[in-house]
Amino acid sequence: MGRKILLDKINVPGIKTYEVYRREGGYASVEKALKKMTPDEVVEEVKTSGLRGRGGAGFPAGMKWSFIDKKSGNPRHLVCNADESEPGTFKDRYLMEYIPHLLIEGMITSSYALGANLSYIYIRGEYMWVYKILERAIAEAKAAGWLGKNILGSGYDLELFVQIGGGAYICGEETALIESLEGNRGNPRLKPPFPAVKGLWQNPTVVNNVETISAVPWIINNSGADYAGIGIGRSTGTKLISASGNIKNQGVYEIELGLSVYEFMNSDEYCGGMQTDRPLKALVPGGSSVPILPANLIYKTAAGEDRLMTYESLSDGGFATGSMLGSGGFIVYDDRACIVRNTWNFSRFYHHESCGQCTPCREGTGWLEKVLWRIENGQGREEDIELLWSIQSKIEGNTICPLGDAASWPVAAAIRHFRDEFEYHIRFPEKVKNRDHFVHEPFEKVKHLIAKQEV
Amino acid sequence: MKVTIDGQEIEVAPGTTILQAARMIGGESVPPAMCYYSKLKGTGGKCRCCLVDVTKGSEADPRPMPKLVASCVTGCQDGMEVASKKSDRVAEARKAVTEFLLINHPLDCPVCDQAGECDLQNLSFEHGKLQQRFIEEKRTFEPEDIGDKIQLHMNRCIVCQRCVEVADQLTDKRVHGVLNRGDHSQISTCVSAAIDNEFSGNMIDVCPVGALTDKTFRFKSRVWFNKPFNAHRECTTPGCCGKTTLWMFGNEIQRVTARKDEYHEVEDFICNTCRFDKKDVADWVIEGPRKFEKDSVINQNKHFGKTEKVVIETEKGILQGRDIDRKKISMAEIDYNEKIDGNPVNGKQNG
Repeated sequence: MGRKILLDKINVPGIKTYEVYRREGGYASVEKALKKMTPDEVVEEVKTSGLRGRGGAGFPAGMKWSFIDKKSGNPRHLVCNADESEPGTFKDRYLMEYIPHLLIEGMITSSYALGANLSYIYIRGEYMWVYKILERAIAEAKAAGWLGKNILGSGYDLELFVQIGGGAYICGEETALIESLEGNRGNPRLKPPFPAVKGLWQNPTVVNNVETISAVPWIINNSGADYAGIGIGRSTGTKLISASGNIKNQGVYEIELGLSVYEFMNSDEYCGGMQTDRPLKALVPGGSSVPILPANLIYKTAAGEDRLMTYESLSDGGFATGSMLGSGGFIVYDDRACIVRNTWNFSRFYHHESCGQCTPCREGTGWLEKVLWRIENGQGREEDIELLWSIQSKIEGNTICPLGDAASWPVAAAIRHFRDEFEYHIRFPEKVKNRDHFVHEPFEKVKHLIAKQEV
Repeated sequence: MKVTIDGQEIEVAPGTTILQAARMIGGESVPPAMCYYSKLKGTGGKCRCCLVDVTKGSEADPRPMPKLVASCVTGCQDGMEVASKKSDRVAEARKAVTEFLLINHPLDCPVCDQAGECDLQNLSFEHGKLQQRFIEEKRTFEPEDIGDKIQLHMNRCIVCQRCVEVADQLTDKRVHGVLNRGDHSQISTCVSAAIDNEFSGNMIDVCPVGALTDKTFRFKSRVWFNKPFNAHRECTTPGCCGKTTLWMFGNEIQRVTARKDEYHEVEDFICNTCRFDKKDVADWVIEGPRKFEKDSVINQNKHFGKTEKVVIETEKGILQGRDIDRKKISMAEIDYNEKIDGNPVNGKQNG
């Protein structure tokens, strides 16, 4: 059994309510922080823990906190990014839905550390039921004196609000989120200035993911060093993984970073192996925006070492042989999956969600989707593979925010690792016009056709 | 602070962006800009045309920047070295941006009102590819009436959002903006025919392509058939400078615009009264002909500078010095004014 930090109390009946949560030791970190620690000590503790942002980028949270501009004298804000919308990722809603007070406790402790008196949880509009749960929890916390003026007589004031977003993927990007929170169109801002200097209403702001903030109470209750003791190297602590696809047990799991991918995939505690006896074909380890891995690179890195569930191991060898831990959206494909269709589906998403502000993303994502659609529907041309490669390379790195990269990487990885599948689609259009083309006849069985034609 | 762009060093004040520094140097190193507009705050960073390669960050941190940066929003650092025209990466990126912009922008320059003064046309000429690789169906929009003065042709829009900034910064009410996302983004109004503000006409001037055009001038003439003159009038509209460019055909004022600099940016904004309502020569004090940048299509047949006589070497070679034959084919001494009985018709002088 792996160690649980976030989901430790998840099965306690009634943990959603304030009474049960408090009885189980909830809000202890707020008491400890406000009564025994200075804000800087809280920041130091988080720094010591090595906690990295769980939204996908993996930037050290404590370091991010230390960037906040305290000298300006302007009010500071903490914003919780609950705009979870990466395809394949559904961990934050799980936390907020089943143990909402954990996030609120984390928000209070973190806000105290940052000196923020006005904090926000920005949640996507589709999570309306979760919004209601959070609203109720905040009301309970406020009634119990954990929010409002002079919390625990410490002289510290905090107001916490939940704001519903319109439901746009781009609003998960921190500057677009801030724009949306201000009531504007959710377009990413140009950086610098970074939010830590000029964020919400031009005030210094820290934006953290739900999971990141939820880990703070444990760090304060125990210690940063204890948290750093879990995991391997710079990948410390635990991570929520939302596993889906052709595995036996889909769901949200908390793992200690450093667990091997093989064990996560095959042990009954987690995914439980493949859903049927079909072979494993590919894996997207960190949500749809990260590069897909072919079967031979899932359990072993390019260097021949065991692939671990860590930031470093999953990205070993760069994108040529690795991927990213990302947001922990673990999507498993068996041999019936059509990689071309899957890539088209991801591309369709990024095309739909591009904010349209900068040229390469606005125009390039649509182009990618259209070419992929043609290939998938038996209308591909030989030059289309090179065209796709060219388009994605022109988007990557040239956009305002990382959405361009997120749209580009899956396409690049699919071509890099599954080029023969693209070729098959183009050379045998009559075979791929059937939408279930690989369900009854997996690619491995028809692969010989390409070789035959080449002869 | 010292900044070097394509090997040319210049001293700039703190806060100067790379694009501004490049414009101070001038010439070929100036990156193209479709969304940046120095007279409007908050513009830039969107079109990605002005990407440059920072090969040295600064004296303090000489590391090159890993990604290309948008020069219009990136501030200069002391000792910074930038490659603009001289970088292959930049050339590739600009080529890519041009290709992306032309995906959904129709290549209808022959019928577009902006032809001859279109930034995208110039960008395409400088950085475009000969062949288009986009074979899919282009995105199209239904025509939309946004007001009695301005024609919106959304199919030609490149979503640079300059017009939105005009609405934000020059007009007293914001009646239009961007709707939808991605390549479905469109400039639109909440209420049809809603744009009636006194300064709304400036949206036409800031539009880099032919998406927003002047209804009073539309299809009246190609710009190169007009003669531009600087003119001014005592305008009583608060905020209007009253200094304009009149686009004349003979004695007829066909169009009035604000005066623009070599980067196609207006020197000062003008009101709708000057732009749309004052089309009589008597309304204006005409200062003189307007000079545009040397390579502008508007300058066709309008050389204001001193021109030198062109000696055509080939002719000499073909005729091999037979000046007598040269005289025979020369039209120089032929009077081709239309005449009746040796007198010019209606006093007209052709040629």
